[in-house]
Amino acid sequence: MLSRTADHLFWLARYIERAENIARLLDITWQTSLAPQSAESASRNWQAALLCNDQLPTYLKTYSEVTAENVLAFMVFDASNPSSIYSCLKAARENAHTVRGTLTSEMWETINSTWLEMLNVSKRKLQDEEFSGFFEWVKTRSSLSRGVTFGTMLHDDAFCFIRLGTYLERADNTARLLDVKYYLIAEGEPIGIAADYYQWGALLRSVSAFEIYRRVYRDSVLPSKVAELLIINAELPRSLTTCMTEVESMLQKLANQHSQETQRLAGQLSAQLRYVKIDEILEEGLHPYLEKFQNRIYDLGMRISHDFLMPMRAA
Amino acid sequence: MAKPVFYDEMMAAPEVLRPHYQAYGQWLGTLPKERLARKKAEADLTFHRLGITFAVYGEEEGTERLIPFDLLPRIIPSDEWKMLQKGLEQRVKTLNLFLHDIYHGQEILKAGLIPPEQILRNAQYRPEMQGVDVPNQIYAHIAGVDMVRAGAGEFYVLEDNLRVPSGVSYMLENRKMMMRLFPELFAKHAVAPVQHYPDMLLDNLRQCAPQGVENPNVVVLTPGSFNSAYFEHAFLAQQMGVELVEGRDLFVRDDSVYMRTTQGPKRVDVIYRRLDDDFLDPLAFRQDSMLGVAGLLSVYRAGRVTLANAIGTGVADDKSIYPYVPEMIKFYLDETPILNNVPTHMCRKPEELAYVLDNLAELVVKETHGAGGYGMLVGPAATKAEIAEFRKHLIANPNKYIAQPTLALSTCPIFVDAGIAPRHIDLRPFVLSSGKDIRMVPGGLTRVALREGSLVVNSSQGGGTKDTWVLED
Repeated sequence: MLSRTADHLFWLARYIERAENIARLLDITWQTSLAPQSAESASRNWQAALLCNDQLPTYLKTYSEVTAENVLAFMVFDASNPSSIYSCLKAARENAHTVRGTLTSEMWETINSTWLEMLNVSKRKLQDEEFSGFFEWVKTRSSLSRGVTFGTMLHDDAFCFIRLGTYLERADNTARLLDVKYYLIAEGEPIGIAADYYQWGALLRSVSAFEIYRRVYRDSVLPSKVAELLIINAELPRSLTTCMTEVESMLQKLANQHSQETQRLAGQLSAQLRYVKIDEILEEGLHPYLEKFQNRIYDLGMRISHDFLMPMRAA
Repeated sequence: MAKPVFYDEMMAAPEVLRPHYQAYGQWLGTLPKERLARKKAEADLTFHRLGITFAVYGEEEGTERLIPFDLLPRIIPSDEWKMLQKGLEQRVKTLNLFLHDIYHGQEILKAGLIPPEQILRNAQYRPEMQGVDVPNQIYAHIAGVDMVRAGAGEFYVLEDNLRVPSGVSYMLENRKMMMRLFPELFAKHAVAPVQHYPDMLLDNLRQCAPQGVENPNVVVLTPGSFNSAYFEHAFLAQQMGVELVEGRDLFVRDDSVYMRTTQGPKRVDVIYRRLDDDFLDPLAFRQDSMLGVAGLLSVYRAGRVTLANAIGTGVADDKSIYPYVPEMIKFYLDETPILNNVPTHMCRKPEELAYVLDNLAELVVKETHGAGGYGMLVGPAATKAEIAEFRKHLIANPNKYIAQPTLALSTCPIFVDAGIAPRHIDLRPFVLSSGKDIRMVPGGLTRVALREGSLVVNSSQGGGTKDTWVLED
């Protein structure tokens, strides 16, 4: 397929996945903020949401204070913030528009009507009580996009580039989420078992894994097990291992003459995840481990772009 | 001036339906206005959701407008269509013969039928094409011939669009919408289907591949997603199952055109280009074009890629050449023209210019190279000041203009807020030529001037469209 088309499909998928993950993060931050807590701790939670997307510096250029209202305005509606839900859905729609001929009509309609609805919402603004419903809506639209992709698209290269984008983005997002929350809870003042439970529970819920945790471990919520579930569990759809297994397998299907090194690196990362033990990771330190992981994901993204999507200059 | 008499497509006289509108008119009569309004809202919503819109240049970011769709079909009886189809075949066949002749022996110039300077000094004539052989001697693979019907019900050809005629996607989407909104009507009427157009188009393009190419790789070349007709480009590529490419996706190497794919370069054999000649190749035409492919012309001239339509077709659909088409039909085919030309005054001739200047208030004056309804004067609708202004342009540059009588364009009822009202319409059938045959789907795109009394149907000037039904026997 055309390199440019593949590029648009890859980013289309990444932006939808990113919008979903931001909605998940904000939803859980919003819910956590409703629990009784000090003003300082509430602010720290919203700050974490910004840290998660490396957005604190950009945010502070416009806003002086970290409050729920400001962070929501910035991360949901701000058109000048390229990582707001608004901007992600817009970028997804623009990418889709450019390759609408490659998408099935159902996919195009799903993405286009999502964007049209987002435009409506951004015009009328949301009341406090509407945010939960809105985040739910973003997640549902993302699920719907995934559903029509699986249900209507030919499982060819175009499909593989979409999945590659989805899983690469998700790997990055899950790693960031875990990194920031772990840091927040571990570095924060000891706040007692009950508060810990809510914090870890919130993290699990943000990746739809709370009930799953119970089913897998049949145990109370322990930080090391949360990390194990989100990093290593090969059955959890949002774990790093699952994401990397998918990335590796998509790359195998898409392989071309230039992509051996990219495949090797993806395979290496995926194999390491499959055979690592959580104790080894915690010994090394979770934060350095996740930081390294994010760098490797970034590197993979650049390599995929170079090998498949942008051979423009290498005529 | 007496009030002109318009031919109404639906009504023979007040309260009297034409025979081919009998069944439809009776059905419409029983329909409450509210139901039509509801259907109209449903259609608009669907078109928005599907993104069947066109980008409006110069407006705020993200402005995408719907081309207004009217709910009432324009119906053409079978015998009338048969006549039109024969006439269109004859006309498009002639125009392709003319283009081949102009770029080869120029017999028509030698015979003295057209003054050579009219062709050779025409901005649309491409000397680069002189002596170049194109597959099957076909230049205009896709033609969109604009036709109108005047006071007594007779058809005229208004212009032959042989460059990159657009609108066929609206023809197809309008039909789909009508079948969705009013399925019961299609059970009552034998409406000739049109949905196989993309199939015919693909087949036509493949037949025109360079010689010796077994399984040609066909692509659609678009200027990009900001182009006002982008929806149509994407639509046609998708319906044909071929790649939609931009200039930057293509490159020339070793006398071939390739596209950049995720598996490396892939050869391209046929380019259905939706890009004007000027932008095709920055090495040959406009150097500032970012939309084309450097070196494309040389590959094309070597016969190693097919462009549809060919380069240089504009010399045949130019308004200054239009008046000669009936003569061409006699010259090349030795046949009597089936379709009428509108009587046309060529302002470059002094005696005709004098007549035009004396009768500006009754005439329509058009730029010979103009398109899209820009740069024209509709005498009866213009103010004195506008006419005076236009007179200056005419005297300064008579070569640039032609003039025609203001035709009493036929009307067809449309649905408006107040109910049902007549508006002026035209018809653009799409004619495909492969060299082996000439094909078209029955009907075409009916455009309608939405403003009461307006004669301008172009979408850029606020025109709308209707579904067009050709009834089968």
